[in-house]
Amino acid sequence: MIDLDDTDRALLRALTQDATQSAGALGRDLGLSQPATWRRIRRLQNAGVIRGRKLRLNAEALGFGVTVFLGVKLARKGRISLEDFERAVSAIPEVQTVEHVLGLYDFRLRVVARDLADFERVLRRRLMTLPGAGDMESNVLLSEERRPGPI
Amino acid sequence: MLDETDRRILRHLQADPTLTTAELADLCDTSSATCARRIARMESSGVIEGQEAVIDWAVLGYAVEVSLRFTLDKTQPRAFDEFIAAARDVPEVVEIQTFLGRVDVRLSVIARDMGHYQRLYRDRILTLPHIADIEALMHIARIKEDTGLPL
Repeated sequence: MIDLDDTDRALLRALTQDATQSAGALGRDLGLSQPATWRRIRRLQNAGVIRGRKLRLNAEALGFGVTVFLGVKLARKGRISLEDFERAVSAIPEVQTVEHVLGLYDFRLRVVARDLADFERVLRRRLMTLPGAGDMESNVLLSEERRPGPI
Repeated sequence: MLDETDRRILRHLQADPTLTTAELADLCDTSSATCARRIARMESSGVIEGQEAVIDWAVLGYAVEVSLRFTLDKTQPRAFDEFIAAARDVPEVVEIQTFLGRVDVRLSVIARDMGHYQRLYRDRILTLPHIADIEALMHIARIKEDTGLPL
């Protein structure tokens, strides 16, 4: 496993805030030369610590006013229905993430929609008709905050 | 208002935020200057909020991810504020979400292993204020990665 020092941690924190900062600008903040900063970022990328970059968009400004988390229980369990369900649910554009979980539900979905009426349409036409889908529970997202995590 | 060119730019940028304006221009069948101008406009109007580096916690030794769903004691008027403020002090909490529905608050918690998780749960989670009920969903696999908005 990769070992991180305090400078690596500071770099990671800065990059999770703003990934577009140049190695030069980051280095100036941390008291490092541009090449040294660049080498550290490359090392973090090559080790897979930095998995990639994500574009942060204002969903509301783009007309997506509602995000719903859906807990889904499968009606019948079996290898075939699990794979069918996963394939079908992943193909729905409004479904942003699909996580397989253990507990009260089998899957956890993040769904975006223009408004509640639009969500109802997606729920009825696309989600409730999924192969093997059983019990569902919807929770409408009110606020969301990402934390820096243990770095 | 956004037009089809803006949406096309966002679609490609969402799939790969590291694309240069020249590469984007090729994909969107427009000029590099147009792309740069459109992106600058969407940044200043707040449609594009920024870019963030995504950390792979498993690479840093955090193998366990649990979604904890809380119902809070709503007879306490400051339950939400005090719960969230206390949750922010736990470094292993990587996400805090609030909901309208059966669940009030959800925390994403990461841990090195089950032993570590058990200690965290006992010492840092159960001690959070105003908890009425907790449900845990253990993360097994990510079937669909965050694909962004269906633009």
